[in-house]
Amino acid sequence: MNRHFLTAVRAIVSKDLRAEWRSRELVGAMALFSLLSVLVFSFALELDKNAREEAISGVLWVSLIFASLLGFNRSLALEQDQGSLDALLLAPVSRSAIFVGKLLGNCLFTLLVALALLPLMTALYGVQLLDGWALLTTIVGVFGFSVIGTLLATLAVQTRSREALLPIALLPICLPFLLTAVRATKGIVSGAPPSEWRVWLQLLAAITIIYLVFCLLLYRFVLEE
Amino acid sequence: MSRRGLIEVQRLSKHFGWRSVLRELDFFVHRGECALLLGANGSGKSTLLRLLCGLSRATSGVIRIGGWSLPAEASAVRAQIGLLAHRPLLYENLTARENLDFFAALYAIPPAERARRRDDLLAQVGLAARANSLVRGFSRGMQQRLSLARALLHQPDLLLLDEPYTGLDSAGCAMLDGLLTAASRSGCTIIMSTHQLERKPAYADRALILAGGSLVYAGPAANDLAALYRQASASA
Repeated sequence: MNRHFLTAVRAIVSKDLRAEWRSRELVGAMALFSLLSVLVFSFALELDKNAREEAISGVLWVSLIFASLLGFNRSLALEQDQGSLDALLLAPVSRSAIFVGKLLGNCLFTLLVALALLPLMTALYGVQLLDGWALLTTIVGVFGFSVIGTLLATLAVQTRSREALLPIALLPICLPFLLTAVRATKGIVSGAPPSEWRVWLQLLAAITIIYLVFCLLLYRFVLEE
Repeated sequence: MSRRGLIEVQRLSKHFGWRSVLRELDFFVHRGECALLLGANGSGKSTLLRLLCGLSRATSGVIRIGGWSLPAEASAVRAQIGLLAHRPLLYENLTARENLDFFAALYAIPPAERARRRDDLLAQVGLAARANSLVRGFSRGMQQRLSLARALLHQPDLLLLDEPYTGLDSAGCAMLDGLLTAASRSGCTIIMSTHQLERKPAYADRALILAGGSLVYAGPAANDLAALYRQASASA
């Protein structure tokens, strides 16, 4: 990894953060969507305490994945609509640097939403989500589906039906993340011994690494016409 | 490096599905020359510029820039090219200064050089006073000026300009002429698509005329571009 790679990644991430700070377009929409999802689930599961405890990790991850769909789509659509994706492609930087830069930006936006969601859900559902392991699972899971989300959003943004294509393509591919993250979070929240849920966290990390390598190799083909 | 020119195009064709946009183009442009790319709307000018900068892949044919083949050696070519496209290729939620800083980082311009080049260019395109304004508040002409600064920032060997006068007022056109004259004098090769047939820029050496996706003229740029264009189009 050379110095120019890191400079390009840092430039792309700080550009995305600065632009988002000014527009609040992505994080605002993602946060509002996830807040509404959590509230709707909270009302729907209000009467059944057992069902609520069972469902909480599912609610967290489904809310995060759906919210991130909004963010991934918009993040790449902004590049495409302003033509700046062409400017990025024209620059003498590796496609991997563009991928990693966009990935880190997308991941940070989703993590911000997740960090707002965890205390909110702790308060609403009366369970302890503000736990070091729950936080680690959230970070690994969010990074994992941001990896595949960034790749597929780049693919989708080049088509006319990008809003429809991304969920159709992303949700089936996200299933391994969803299953492992939900199992790990459920074990942590229920206070089960680490031996019961640690394997799910390790599996989540392994899937994330596999997807990351796969996406780094594929990204340059996705960007070609 | 080829002896013929900085840009060599041989039997270049581009199809979108069944539709043929460019057919069997052959031309070259020497280092330091300025070639005007003329043609009616839809004749393939923008497609040709996208092919030359490596943003699009040819269906068949050969493109060599500075001896490197596209798209195989595109990464070597990118640093040499500055593109002013139809769209400004800027970030609306960044200021003019931040936009140029961002592209300076991507083009690996040394940090010590960045501020000087950025400030010089902002002054040259008449945006020094608006350096800290967000691009989303800029008019079309101001965005075009900033785009030109972005295209020149890394001092490219080859400038590809797609209708660069679009949106510019008369002062902007004069500024553009001045910058392009200076770039041409410093050895930069320029390919510029234009509809402005009424005046030939002083720095223009060569004309390439496209009609219906075919190159109908590739030769010296006559003083009366309109007559040359009419004659070449009629003979196509």
